[in-house]
Amino acid sequence: MSLLSENASHPDPLPARGEREERAKRGEEQRRQRALIYWTGFSVVLALLVVAPLVLPEFWRRFLTEILIWGLLAMSSDILIGFTGMVSFGHSAFFGLGMYGAAGALLSVEPPDLWLAILYGLVAAAAVAGFVAYFSTRLRDIYFAITTLIFSQIFYVVIFTWTEVTGGENGLTFRRPPLAIPGLFSTPFTSVTMHWFVVAVVTLSYLVLRRITQSPFGMVLQSIRENESRTRAIGYPIERYKIVAVMLSGLFAGLAGVLYAVQNQFAAPDFVFFLVSGETVIYNVIGGIGTLVGPIVGAAFFLLLREGLSRFFTEYYLIPVGLIFIAMVIFMPQGLLGFMRRWLNE
Amino acid sequence: MSSTSALLEIEEIHTSYGKSHILDGVSLKVGRGEVVGLLGRNGVGKSTTLKAVAGLVHPSRGEVRLEGRPITRLPAHRVARLGIGYVPEERRIFPLLTVIENLRTGLDRHGMTTARKRELLEKVYAYFPVLAERRSQAGGTLSGGEQQMLAIARAMMLEPKIILLDEPTEGLMPRMVSQIREIIDVLHRERVAVLLVEQNVPLTLEASQRIYILEKGVVRHHAPAAELRVDDAVIHQYLGV
Amino acid sequence: MDFLHTIPFDQLLIQTINGIVTGMILALVASGLTLIFGIMDVVNFAHGELFMLGAYVGVIVLAATGNFWVALVSASLIIALLGAAIYLTTLRPLLGRDPLTTILATFGASLVLQNYALWQFGPVARKIAEPFTGHFSLFYLDYPWYRLVIALLSAAIIGALWLFLKFGTYGIWIRATTQDRVMAQAMGIPVPWVLTVVFAIGAGMAGASGVLFGPLAGVNPTMGLDWILKAFIVVVVGGMGNLTGSIAAAIFISLLEAYAALWVSPAQAVIVSFVALILTLLFRPTGLFATAPK
Repeated sequence: MSLLSENASHPDPLPARGEREERAKRGEEQRRQRALIYWTGFSVVLALLVVAPLVLPEFWRRFLTEILIWGLLAMSSDILIGFTGMVSFGHSAFFGLGMYGAAGALLSVEPPDLWLAILYGLVAAAAVAGFVAYFSTRLRDIYFAITTLIFSQIFYVVIFTWTEVTGGENGLTFRRPPLAIPGLFSTPFTSVTMHWFVVAVVTLSYLVLRRITQSPFGMVLQSIRENESRTRAIGYPIERYKIVAVMLSGLFAGLAGVLYAVQNQFAAPDFVFFLVSGETVIYNVIGGIGTLVGPIVGAAFFLLLREGLSRFFTEYYLIPVGLIFIAMVIFMPQGLLGFMRRWLNE
Repeated sequence: MSSTSALLEIEEIHTSYGKSHILDGVSLKVGRGEVVGLLGRNGVGKSTTLKAVAGLVHPSRGEVRLEGRPITRLPAHRVARLGIGYVPEERRIFPLLTVIENLRTGLDRHGMTTARKRELLEKVYAYFPVLAERRSQAGGTLSGGEQQMLAIARAMMLEPKIILLDEPTEGLMPRMVSQIREIIDVLHRERVAVLLVEQNVPLTLEASQRIYILEKGVVRHHAPAAELRVDDAVIHQYLGV
Repeated sequence: MDFLHTIPFDQLLIQTINGIVTGMILALVASGLTLIFGIMDVVNFAHGELFMLGAYVGVIVLAATGNFWVALVSASLIIALLGAAIYLTTLRPLLGRDPLTTILATFGASLVLQNYALWQFGPVARKIAEPFTGHFSLFYLDYPWYRLVIALLSAAIIGALWLFLKFGTYGIWIRATTQDRVMAQAMGIPVPWVLTVVFAIGAGMAGASGVLFGPLAGVNPTMGLDWILKAFIVVVVGGMGNLTGSIAAAIFISLLEAYAALWVSPAQAVIVSFVALILTLLFRPTGLFATAPK
């Protein structure tokens, strides 16, 4: 029984012709119903997220925004874990480089420009992703996981010690850029508008990633996850698909890093340390891999749990959280939303 | 052959792999010291039957009994210690262990004194002199035939009451095939029962006392080997040979 | 090549010895990791924490008894038991599943253990006193005896492990289980037991390394993180599941880092081991030292 693949379903023997048409019609019906329920659910959640900052106190407002940002990071990681079947511990590098890239834009160009920050961050993350992809994608499973972990650490050490450029241990601080469309308007962010901006970016990312996973490209990735050697035997250049998957994943992870930088106005090497990648993987497993939305839920669950437990356990909340995580890996490997996986991917 | 003297009894076992059924109610018996052949086309479940007896596969339904005692749910290592030796289809000797170390995996058991171990070893070396020659060689460097002998010798180290042989002659040269035939006779003389799965029908008919024929996960025919040696219509029907 | 002349020979020699000393401890840690991986395909993320907890047990027992050797033995035994407990609760239930779940489970375990240590012992570093003092002269510097003894002890433990695996019934059981778990069962070897014991042995070795390393640099809850990374690198460079390869790789990597430390800061010196890993994966993915198998 694999964490990553579902049991192949037994095909029905071929029914009579009239029955077949009946079934096709019923299948169509079911799909339409499912799509209706899905989009309704989607709109409801979106509406809640938009309204939330108006009713929540400041602390929880920022908390919710952070959940979305980490959720985006976890979602990007799901492309690899849930759809391609590659467990990566390298996301902290992509996230961190997105963060530092944005920092670079915001510190070197006056006045600080939001879109430039996003551009720099994405380019930095993509570059790192390409670099890591090149070295690691030909490796399978465990070796891929370990290599991506080592790469995270390489970047961590470089950032930590290259004090002149990256601020070393202390990181970098900078001003938040205004929300601006050059030539049209420019207004500084409030915590509410910041939240809406993050919601917009995360929602857009979700829709884009969803589209991609449902496209032929996404189908190939999933068949790589199910049975790599068969996919290769059919003739697909597996390595190339994997590299694109890593870069795609890295891009959105970098985007999350940019958002974090803009939201919190600092960049620090701690975020590049491999433990952050580990936590990301935890969000994925808790929330349900292969669902895109699951990791966001996983992040929310984890962060809320941490917040709640830290009231009782002060600094050592990670002990019960870690135990819960282990229990979930053993008893609930499909995660919180795993049972909804097919629904969410129709 | 009365049922009370049956050494091994398999009763209506069902196994599945994912959603497909492999064994759909297999029943058979092996008496003490008897050589029983299990024939059938590829994929009917012959190997799975042996694995179920050895405890490597656990049936979802049905029972396996050794000397009247149910062993269906026991882990494989307990089943082996109770006296069931297993020689798998691909031989699967431990490639990086020497011949003697391979033998020791079965030889070094509780209750075996040094003297008894030496005795057992000498006996097996007498039957398989080639193994004595190559005793310090790594298992993986032996030829196919030698590995087959090692696999059988290794199972004999358990001093089993029954040995399960899965296609022992597969891929072997004719000279080796007749050696295997002799080994089956040796086991019979030593009062070790044999449940033999084979694609080589003539050899099976010669060596066995009784034959079961398996098709699509069930036993379709059961007869004394003597009968089937003479009347091969049944063989043609089920095996197309 | 002019920079070579700027390094005094005695510093080079000292770094060589340092490299070998750390290398032997790293070899001990990596051997445990590779033993576990070889037999059950589990990458034990918690191995660094077992190392760290071994050091802490060493601190406590040393404080209680004043005897370094008692501390060493108790730490090994206690951490071995802890290893068995971890195996039985988190890894055995995962036996039939995707091997990546074991990375996740052991990662979870490492979080729990690390934070447990942080909770119980606090972040301030502790010290394990050197088992005995005394230096010998190496050129004009004094090099402490105990470092050499620690290196010898590590080598001795690894040697004992090797002998245990090569001769003796249980060694055969372990090697057979590593090569073909199913047939080992069919031969009557109590495989579930063997797996538990091997994990415990690996854990015990990590625990012992922690105590041996303690006098060198102090004991703190995050020391495991560094070592798990190094151990991973060593195991991959040496060849996964290859015991002799891990030992050779451990010394190789430690020497590289020790020499690198002559030019750059120790924090940066780790990059050479990372680079070694990448180069290995690019050109010899089965391991630099993967000649003969275990």
